[in-house]
Amino acid sequence: MDATKKQDVRIGFYICHCGSNIAAMVDCPAVARYVEKLPGVVLSRDYKYMCSDPGQELIQKDIKEHQLDRVVVASCSPLLHEHTFRAAVEAGGLNPFFFHMVNIREHDSWVHTNKVEATEKAKALAHAAIQRVAKHKSLEVKKVPIHPDVLVVGGGIAGIHAAMTMANAGKKVYLVEREPSIGGHMAKFDKTFPTLDCAACILTPKMSEVGSHPNITLLTYSEVAKMDGYVGNYTVTVKRKPRYVIEDQCTGCQECIANCVYKEPKFHDEFNEGLGKRKPVYIPFPQATPQVVAIDPKVCLNFRNGVLTDKCKKSCVTACGEKKAIDFTQQETVQDIKVGTIIVTTGFKTFDAKRVPQYGYGKFPNVYTALEIERLVNASGPTAGHVVMRDGREPKSIGIIHCVGSRDKKTNRWCSRVCCMYSMKLAHLLKEHTGAEIYSFYIDMRTPGKGYEEFYDKLLEEGVHFIRGRVGEVTDWAMSPEEEGKLVIRVEDTLAGYVRRIPFDMVVLATGMEPQADAQDVRRMFNMSCGSEGFFLERHPKLAPVSTFTEGIFIAGACQGPRDIPDTVAQAGAAAAEALALIDKGHIEQEPNTAFILDDECCGCKSCIPLCPYTAITFDESKKKATINEALCKGCGTCVAACPSGSIVQNLFDDEEIFSEIDGVLAHD
Amino acid sequence: MTSEWNPRLVAFFCNWCTYTAADLAGVSRLKYASNVRVIRLMCSGRVDPQFILDALAKGADGVLIGGCHPSDCHYVEGNYKCLRRFQLLKRMLSDMGIEEGRVRLEWISAAEGEKVKTVINEMTATIKQLGPLGMPAKFEEWDKEMEHFAAAVHAQEAQKAPCAEHAQLQETAHV
Repeated sequence: MDATKKQDVRIGFYICHCGSNIAAMVDCPAVARYVEKLPGVVLSRDYKYMCSDPGQELIQKDIKEHQLDRVVVASCSPLLHEHTFRAAVEAGGLNPFFFHMVNIREHDSWVHTNKVEATEKAKALAHAAIQRVAKHKSLEVKKVPIHPDVLVVGGGIAGIHAAMTMANAGKKVYLVEREPSIGGHMAKFDKTFPTLDCAACILTPKMSEVGSHPNITLLTYSEVAKMDGYVGNYTVTVKRKPRYVIEDQCTGCQECIANCVYKEPKFHDEFNEGLGKRKPVYIPFPQATPQVVAIDPKVCLNFRNGVLTDKCKKSCVTACGEKKAIDFTQQETVQDIKVGTIIVTTGFKTFDAKRVPQYGYGKFPNVYTALEIERLVNASGPTAGHVVMRDGREPKSIGIIHCVGSRDKKTNRWCSRVCCMYSMKLAHLLKEHTGAEIYSFYIDMRTPGKGYEEFYDKLLEEGVHFIRGRVGEVTDWAMSPEEEGKLVIRVEDTLAGYVRRIPFDMVVLATGMEPQADAQDVRRMFNMSCGSEGFFLERHPKLAPVSTFTEGIFIAGACQGPRDIPDTVAQAGAAAAEALALIDKGHIEQEPNTAFILDDECCGCKSCIPLCPYTAITFDESKKKATINEALCKGCGTCVAACPSGSIVQNLFDDEEIFSEIDGVLAHD
Repeated sequence: MTSEWNPRLVAFFCNWCTYTAADLAGVSRLKYASNVRVIRLMCSGRVDPQFILDALAKGADGVLIGGCHPSDCHYVEGNYKCLRRFQLLKRMLSDMGIEEGRVRLEWISAAEGEKVKTVINEMTATIKQLGPLGMPAKFEEWDKEMEHFAAAVHAQEAQKAPCAEHAQLQETAHV
């Protein structure tokens, strides 16, 4: 019975050599000859590059000449080229779903070493596809309208650039930032390499543009708490933390800060990496956007342990006067936003230097992280740009240690890409500010970028000493009078070939980049994947670098991997362009792999109803049968597997299709 | 083919995590045993226990199911549904005398290409030790036994005097 059915179809089979990627390990002509004899197969070909134009044209020509009604291509992963071949089949005049793809590259030729075995595997997989494709049905792509608004998560330079690009294209953008101000890490930097233009000068105009852009709704001091829906129609819940200041009424005059009952700033200033102090009512930095103060309930006298006690005399409220911007009764609020696409730009965290105890960070006060130095050399920093150490002295000699928390099996294995360059930038700035002798300790000098190697040359000319070798330790144990009272760096100079001890006043640790501490939660919320190191995973490292495995969700910047500002901005632009391409198409084409119920078979047992995470299945009381709302179904097939009467069918993954695939992979010995 | 016996593995991988991980294993050129045949499903929740039984019945020596890690499912909780079914199926399989190592459920994320390799190699080694499952041959044997029994019953029935009640019983037995 099955055999006669198979005879009804006319299958064309194509096996791709992929240059030598497949052909080197799989005997493609042998597979083609094997498939040729299978029932239903009308023609079977092997070809050098099936995805090339001639390859696709070959399929289209064959469909017409040989009246093919099914096509199977054995080549790379369907995740890569299924769309290409479906389009080719459609151009040939067939329904695009009369096609099936066999993965014999990623799952076969690239992972096996025995040509005979790999060829046998290819035959088995091809056999399964031939059996399966015979059962395929004609399906229609579902078109769903897309919501034109966009959500950008994270207001660093990536988020700012993506939001601006989208807003300038006329889209309404929601920019959510966790901190009281946008700006991210870049706002903390003094200068940017290799051009040494000041970070604030290039960033703050963009920040204020974002703040005043009519198309951008800025939600600072807020976090995304939940995401529901699907591409084109996401509902995002944003949690707005209380800043105890009504944003619309605050003018940023900062009278409240001047009049706070604390006359002197005395609390840990996050923006200055703890090197400066702030008051309980504060504005993170002078160019903060929005120009709105925030009150820290952990230290404000009007609170105790974050709970409102109302015991302070509230001189800030008096100072605010008529504006009435301060509101101590503010509560956390929750806001739902409807958007069509989401760009995730949540950035990175700097490596915690305490994890490398031999470098003495946290133990010796004059060991600094690079980010602290950024603040020290910054004119708007805690010391107004004067480089003085924690003990009040100006350093006469400074050692900069590269690769702290990078390229190290004990901490992080990856290269953080920016540290060589920013270390040299800091070397230049520190020399400029202090005139100190500067030594840089590097493993390899990595300067791939426009003007980067030239910057290195410039530093060499400026007289910065570069010593090749991973530093063993930083110690205050003096072995000679000149080491007395200093920090000694012990290092093997691998170019000179001996171990050296060099005394310094100040040591700077070039800490690497890590995924954000809550990257895993963010990943789950947006249904993304992470690489093994914890950065968000792109859909394809080369062909889809800003897309994720969830349609309509894009990533940009250092949340995807360590990168510098130029690359981040380029990626943010790319993510915005991808999102625009999706929105301006006007609709989303959805894979028709949804499930439906065979009314005649359903016995109304309701087993399926609680299984659906999208509440797509309801019970029709009048018919006493379950029904599936196709618009809500996302095509996981969980209900199909559970239905006791076998009355739920999933398009593209129908029971009979999968059974024939099982049969096929095992048919061949 | 090599003279050494090679087990046949059928794998059901979810599209989002494990199938992608297997792609990653390929892109990273990791090398693993070639006896696995992967069938792609959208979610491990789609794995109907019948697929596993069918694969074993048709000659697979082992079945591997790969899904996203708990709480990472692309479809929220399909992997939990799969786990629940898997626990029930395991009991049934052990009742059938099918050894534990033959059917395995693994959580493999899109980043764990290395794990695809390890799991497949491990399973291959385990099943090589267990030897062929040979369900199709067993089915043939059982069919023969059944035929034998049916024939014996038939002969007995024929010897007895045919009465209406008996004839009816016999008929239902045949159905």
